[in-house]
Amino acid sequence: MTTATLEDRERRRAWGFVAPALIWTFAFFVVPFLYMAAMSLWSRQGREIVRVWNLDNYARFFTESALLKSLTNSLEITLTVTVLSVLLAYPLAWIIAERVPKRWQRMALILAILPFWTSYVVRSYSWLLVLSKGGVINQALLGIGLISEPLEIASNRTATVIGFVHFFVMLLTLTIYSNLIQLSPNYRRAAADLGANGFQTFWHVVLPLTLPGIMTGAFLTFVLCIGDYITPQILGGNNELVLPQIIMLQIGRRADFPMAAALSIILMLAVTAAYLLCARWLKIERA
Amino acid sequence: MTRSIAAAAARRFFRTTTALASIAFLAGPAVAAEEFNALVWCDHTDPALIEPFEKANDVKVNLKEYEGTGAGISILEQSRPGDWDVMVIDAVDVHRVIEMGLLGEMPADALPSADLFPELRMEANNTKDGKTYAVTEKFGYNTISYDKTKVDPKDMEDLTVIWSDKYKGRIALYDYYLPMIGLVQLGLGGKTADLSEADMPAIEEKLAAMKAASKQVSDVVSSQTALATGEVDILVGGGEWITASLAKDKPDLDWVVPKQGAVRWAQSIAVMKDSSKPELALKFVQYILSPEGQARLATSSCYWGMPANMKAGEHLAPEQKLALRWDDQTGYLKNTQLYPVPSAELDQKMQDAWTNMMQQ
Repeated sequence: MTTATLEDRERRRAWGFVAPALIWTFAFFVVPFLYMAAMSLWSRQGREIVRVWNLDNYARFFTESALLKSLTNSLEITLTVTVLSVLLAYPLAWIIAERVPKRWQRMALILAILPFWTSYVVRSYSWLLVLSKGGVINQALLGIGLISEPLEIASNRTATVIGFVHFFVMLLTLTIYSNLIQLSPNYRRAAADLGANGFQTFWHVVLPLTLPGIMTGAFLTFVLCIGDYITPQILGGNNELVLPQIIMLQIGRRADFPMAAALSIILMLAVTAAYLLCARWLKIERA
Repeated sequence: MTRSIAAAAARRFFRTTTALASIAFLAGPAVAAEEFNALVWCDHTDPALIEPFEKANDVKVNLKEYEGTGAGISILEQSRPGDWDVMVIDAVDVHRVIEMGLLGEMPADALPSADLFPELRMEANNTKDGKTYAVTEKFGYNTISYDKTKVDPKDMEDLTVIWSDKYKGRIALYDYYLPMIGLVQLGLGGKTADLSEADMPAIEEKLAAMKAASKQVSDVVSSQTALATGEVDILVGGGEWITASLAKDKPDLDWVVPKQGAVRWAQSIAVMKDSSKPELALKFVQYILSPEGQARLATSSCYWGMPANMKAGEHLAPEQKLALRWDDQTGYLKNTQLYPVPSAELDQKMQDAWTNMMQQ
């Protein structure tokens, strides 16, 4: 009896602690999400929003090439950015964790994330100036005679990818670094004792053990990149549109909130698919 | 020049933030005796324009900036009656807001209509059933801006240059489908007012050619930056509102109305029907339309444009008139046409055509 009362009290206390977060999540995530999902089934006809449920918006997305292409553009750019960012961030994180003396590691990390301190918009516009015809890169290459005509690296996908990679390398460096420094040196000693060379130790021991850090960073990169509007808008030159830009067009120009909601649901599904892929893969590796 | 653009962008950002913060804290203590709220385009957020009115009337004007009629109507749809006292809107879209029942009638005799350029009185747009709901305050052209040291100015007098290969990769397209499709219609020899679904296939074909010849499709800031930094040499859809404010630092930038004509934009100002301060709102409208207010609005830091009031010329410096091509207005007004005013269905087709063009 007493035990049951204590358990009840503990349970009530636990619910008391959890309730604010649950109410918050329900009010500001679940309810808006359900409303958005319902709205995605409405439609804009002329200048009116018709509140009759149908799948017209989704059908339109899969039949209009310009809309569908925004998803493929988003996926292509996001995957390119994620892969490039991992390839660049891993060696950087490894050098900071393994080669930089302990007392300098904090300073190295601060330097690595220094660009985070600048406004995202300002940083994107800065890249536009750096990559433009008269920008630093083209002027330097022209100056040393490596090229005779300025490279077309602004206002296109290359510029968007560069802007993204610059940002996400910092993020991935942090997640991979935090994983690397937690790795006991005993693993590498054991591998060496068993006759593994440096590469074999890295490939069979270090890399698998740091995969959780890589996948966490890669997933964050995927989520933030596929949902980003600013970088493609500023650096892409509108030469191809990604999904968030198409969503903004529905809201800003057409006031077509149902279509924007449908596109947002599709974006969420893409993120969910990425999460399921990462989670499943990580689970297999851990097993 | 890049610095000046960046500084202007920073000033705009600061002013917008300030305006939004002001609206967010409407319930807070007010320094001025009265306040009212105006839904405006960015040119109205220039303190040089607003402060003289605020000081003269001991009033605080809370400004919220928007871009594009769709966005403005979205804001109105999400607002409560009385939230806004004054609104600036594209002149060709005034009737959309009248039909929503949101604009109040203004006494015609309280407005200086006789002082406006005749083409800018626009009774068909600003009035309904003989009642005045809005008045034109500023106008300009969506046409061709260019760097006269990089291109042949003679070429810019022919609108078909925008889909030719002569300047391939050196052209930026202004990212606003309405005036751009209007320009194509003019280039094809049609009238913007007659634009119908039947014209769309030919327009889409030219849009595709324009995209192939262009380097980028960009908003105001990016277009202006691209032209000023030499990233592109031609901006299709530009005009005095892009180059005039840069004239001092970039004298090589110019604009012209081609022989086929150009699209004329015009913005109107209106008092909202549910305004709780209609007298003050009307007073603001009268200030904006006064010669002094008009000169300040014409040379706003956000973008320049021609004042609708002919008497504003008395308050403009000679170099400002030159940048605005004040003396060419008679010919330009005759050779330009208003934005197309599509039905909802045609509007959707035009937007689809524009989106398809960008995705090519």
